[in-house]
Amino acid sequence: MNMKNTLLNTRKTALVTGLAIATASLALSAQAMTVISFGGSSGEAMQKAYYAPFVEKTGKTLTPGDYNGEFARIRAMVETGNVGWDVVEVESPELVRGCFEGLFQPIDWAKLGIEDQLIPEAVTECGVGSFVWSTVLAYDADRLEGTPLSWADFWDIETFPGKRGLRRGAKYTLEFALMADGVSSTDVYDVLATEEGVARAFAKLDEIKEHIQWWEAGAQPPQWLVAGDVVMSSSYNGRIAAAQEEGRNLAITWNESLYDLDYWTIIEGSTQVEDAYEFIRFASQADTQAVYSSNIPYGPVNPAAIGALSEAQAKRMPTHAENLIGAIAVNTDFWVDFGEELEQRFNSWATR
Amino acid sequence: MTSALAMSQPAISEKVPGLKAQLRRAERLRKLKAIALVAPLAIFLMIAFVIPISNMLWRSVDNSEVMQVMPETARLLTEWDGKDLPSEAVFSLFAQELRDSRTGGGLGRIGRRLNYEDPTFRTLLTQTLRVLPATTETTWSETLQSIHPRWSETETWLALQRAAPATTDRYLLAALDLKRGSDGNIERIEENQRVYQQVFVRTLVIAGGVTLICLLMGFPLAYLLATLPTSQSNILMIFVLLPFWTSLLVRTAAWIVLLQSGGLVNTTLMTLGLIESPLQLVFNRIGVFFAMVHILLPFMILPLYSVMKGISPVYQRAATSLGAHPFAAFWQIYVPQTLSGVAAGTILVFIMAIGYYITPALVGGPSDQMVSYFVAYYTNTTNNWGMAAALGTFLLIATLLLYLVYHKLVNQKQLIRN
Repeated sequence: MNMKNTLLNTRKTALVTGLAIATASLALSAQAMTVISFGGSSGEAMQKAYYAPFVEKTGKTLTPGDYNGEFARIRAMVETGNVGWDVVEVESPELVRGCFEGLFQPIDWAKLGIEDQLIPEAVTECGVGSFVWSTVLAYDADRLEGTPLSWADFWDIETFPGKRGLRRGAKYTLEFALMADGVSSTDVYDVLATEEGVARAFAKLDEIKEHIQWWEAGAQPPQWLVAGDVVMSSSYNGRIAAAQEEGRNLAITWNESLYDLDYWTIIEGSTQVEDAYEFIRFASQADTQAVYSSNIPYGPVNPAAIGALSEAQAKRMPTHAENLIGAIAVNTDFWVDFGEELEQRFNSWATR
Repeated sequence: MTSALAMSQPAISEKVPGLKAQLRRAERLRKLKAIALVAPLAIFLMIAFVIPISNMLWRSVDNSEVMQVMPETARLLTEWDGKDLPSEAVFSLFAQELRDSRTGGGLGRIGRRLNYEDPTFRTLLTQTLRVLPATTETTWSETLQSIHPRWSETETWLALQRAAPATTDRYLLAALDLKRGSDGNIERIEENQRVYQQVFVRTLVIAGGVTLICLLMGFPLAYLLATLPTSQSNILMIFVLLPFWTSLLVRTAAWIVLLQSGGLVNTTLMTLGLIESPLQLVFNRIGVFFAMVHILLPFMILPLYSVMKGISPVYQRAATSLGAHPFAAFWQIYVPQTLSGVAAGTILVFIMAIGYYITPALVGGPSDQMVSYFVAYYTNTTNNWGMAAALGTFLLIATLLLYLVYHKLVNQKQLIRN
């Protein structure tokens, strides 16, 4: 979520976070379950879809709060034993790190009993997927002649002349380069784990290096596409959907997109484990997920929720059956382990 | 007479100690007052500068993770010769301390540290912990080796050994694209990983360039401000200060809007027929210079203005009336008097520019990122604070060195003038 937020939003979020701490500490005395999310428009959608209906249905108290993904806060809570949060939304790298460090309680999937209803990536050792977002190939359908169908087309400067936007960094970029080079989406991480694979990805990037305009914040790709700075770009699907709602004719190629999840976790040392399970179960149902996804274009982890959405909304979901064809999940374990090395290599490559 | 003198002397010397003590007391009181007055500032400096900076310097060599989480294993491993596999004692202590590390967050710390030695170490620890028994019927070395074959490789234990001492130079070396080879000698890292030497040079070049442009643009403007009548100069001053009061992010974003391919500048130039296709003015070095000069210019103008305001025009007039060419009068009489303003302005702009992060991140390309960008990356994204601290340390050293050189130069110039 950090990356999806614009940099401009950070200060505002920090303020909100401050308020959230205040609410969270108040909640501790009342012994209500505290649910922490990233806030913003996603938090508002969660309020409508999960928090309010949960309180209404179960009669239990729930204190919502938000934070900015500060992993150190969770770590400090668990280490000092002063655990004020119960259920926390985290991004996948934090899930992997926190699970390894024992900051999150392992999920008892038998007890939760919803394993078969969710997409496979939502089922992990310490976290239950909350929603799916995707990094896709986006283009302005009004400007571009023809339809790019894959990353190979993205690399095809002759058929689609003009600048391209890619995220400044190794993550996503190297995967896309390999797919453009003909590696099938299912083999990408196997190839990238080898030295030859990394060299192959960078060699592929060399081909279009001078045509790339690198973006830093998630708000940049749709803006560049609209302004005509680039003809196509990698982008977070939520950003494109927001631009579409403003009436821009931006289009998404879902083939070979990379999707990632945010997760619900239960903090180690939480005293509200029973309520936490009940909440997570509630928030994973098809009907509540449909309400969430109709408020914000992040895909439900429960595929049955897609059916409850309008046709136009359903087509924007990363987990729509058609959109999942050729798409793969980001291998977070891989990036947690090799990220630093590859980012350094990317920066070295970018300067050459 | 002599006797009277002799008698009066002791009387004087009796009084003197009392006077001296009083003086001392008064002195002491004054000192205490002075200390009390500077104490808040001193304490503030301690808390806000000295402690955090020393903490940062320490972090760049800190290697205590393994030593704190696995004290016994670390101790034994430092004694190990590294040739054959370590002894059973090491295996057994390691198994025990690894299991204990799950509580209290120790595992996360050693996992992160060991991953710098080998990116697959964290996975190895997870896989090992998942099946590690509480007790063993055979030896711990056999148990561990049966859990994962990598525990029978000396390379795995050598990585642990490298992480065992209390301090390390790996971060400082890595921040200069260097590393220790297997024989312990310092060598350069592989060519496709080298980046930081270039980043440091780039940071100095950008900061220097921005300072120079600010000086060239700021000097005439400050001169104009100082010489115009007050009513006009006040209006001009507002124009200087207005951007100063606007958020840095807003100003940076505004430059993107102006300079992008479909932006105001490019469309105007194209409508006028001056260019055929849009110029690339942003997301490269040009954009970085535009935005940074704009943001830092007031920091150059204000010190220059305050110095110029105090310079009497009489000297320059005297020089001209004595037959000097107007330019010579300006260059030889006026400019030397502004030197302290120039010094303050350039050092202020340069030191601010050297730490810039958000502006180059938003309006620069991948080859325009400065040291702070990487510091932020290691601090926020990967939690590798050792690396962030090492880069910060070198940035600090570079700044201090430049400041010293500069200080010397300016002082010498002033000496010559005097």
